[in-house]
Amino acid sequence: MNIRIINAQEITQTVKKLFMDCNFFIGTDITDALQNAWQKEQSPVGKQVLSQLLENNEIAKNEQLPLCQDTGMSVLFVEYGDKVVIDGGNFKDAVEEGVRQAYCDGYLRKSVVSDPVFDRINTKDNTPAVIHTDIVAGDTIKFTVGGKGFGSENMSAIKMLTPSYGEQGVIDFILETVEKAGPNPCPPMVVGVGIGGTFEQCALLAKKATFRPINTSNPDSRYAQMENHLLQEINKMGFGPAGLGGNSTALGVNIETYPTHIAGMPVAVNICCHCARHKTAII
Amino acid sequence: MKEITLPLTDEIIDTLHAGDSVLLTGTLITGRDAAHKRLYELAQKKENLPVDINGEVIYYVGPSPAKPNYTVGSAGPTSSYRMDKYTPTLLDMGLKGMIGKGARSQAVIDAMVKNHCVYFAAIGGAAALIAKSIKAEEILCYEDLGTEAIRRYTVEKFPCIVVIDSMGNNIYKTEPLKYRTMRNS
Repeated sequence: MNIRIINAQEITQTVKKLFMDCNFFIGTDITDALQNAWQKEQSPVGKQVLSQLLENNEIAKNEQLPLCQDTGMSVLFVEYGDKVVIDGGNFKDAVEEGVRQAYCDGYLRKSVVSDPVFDRINTKDNTPAVIHTDIVAGDTIKFTVGGKGFGSENMSAIKMLTPSYGEQGVIDFILETVEKAGPNPCPPMVVGVGIGGTFEQCALLAKKATFRPINTSNPDSRYAQMENHLLQEINKMGFGPAGLGGNSTALGVNIETYPTHIAGMPVAVNICCHCARHKTAII
Repeated sequence: MKEITLPLTDEIIDTLHAGDSVLLTGTLITGRDAAHKRLYELAQKKENLPVDINGEVIYYVGPSPAKPNYTVGSAGPTSSYRMDKYTPTLLDMGLKGMIGKGARSQAVIDAMVKNHCVYFAAIGGAAALIAKSIKAEEILCYEDLGTEAIRRYTVEKFPCIVVIDSMGNNIYKTEPLKYRTMRNS
């Protein structure tokens, strides 16, 4: 059996760079979508907001400043090759150290509190991260990471729909969630949708969906069509850039699915602001 | 674009109407969730606040740390509704304006009308751009809260939009309707 040894230091450095990069450099999928929205936007104020966002993203890139002051809670999706052995430390510590170094050395905001209800004391280095690990066949580690801001995270919702709700029930719940969010999650937003699995798997799919570039579609044409339909419907809501009115309420809708139980059809909607930050690296 | 000098006066507030794009110049204070909770709890106990909010404009922001040679880090607005529970009390105590993003509760709007106050939106996510209009910062209190400490910012031409004016007019309600083309559900 061929194993591959990866040094813990390499994991730390990779994670550090990913979190710094995702907070300074927005993806071209988002920039293209913002430019496209600017072309089509009918509201003068909306157009003004969109050009400010494009200008903001240029400043962040050129000066390596955080795109948004909310540099997020650190989320990682890891595909861990089963032939990889770590030398010089352990995986979890190496990842957390990467997060710590990114947020401290990169002048990113530390936004994590130690306890959700009682203490709420800032951990001062943005740890712990939220780490989702899949063990896959192979001898590499793939990281897809993002800083998730909570202005939009708070607007997210999950519902345990049952099979008789059908396609329309899914669409209605997603639109209802976006409608409730209104101007709050920094539109134009990215809507991540998870359908299927169990309660927790469904939420995870929705998060994964927000990490998928918005210039891609679900490989199943029925879901790809649903993504397009939802995007059109959301852009008819009128919230517009910053919620000040207009045609650009969402930049993209991504759907991820998983098989589910005979009795269920869970749907999760994870809302992300226009600052949909994610970066990927393979070591 | 109207140029407005801070702190606000009642006369200035009279000239501000929902939908106006403004550039704010002068000084304001910052505060968000944790600082609001502390101020509110002191107010409930009728104790003095560590900062005089009378006549002030408060900006809901938790900035990222300043890089070397920068005055502030990125500093865009945070969602205002999380302050709604505490806001009417602070408005009753003399707070005149708020800068944030997103919708407010009816109780906040009622307290704004009663106390003749104004609510501005800054552009959420334009944090690196907004930082360019912040020229000085000083921590006033609650330093232990880190990013959530109450600061004084000196701003120059800080771009904002009046979203709810002192009459209670609210463009978050009225503007989206003009662009809404879907059936009402």
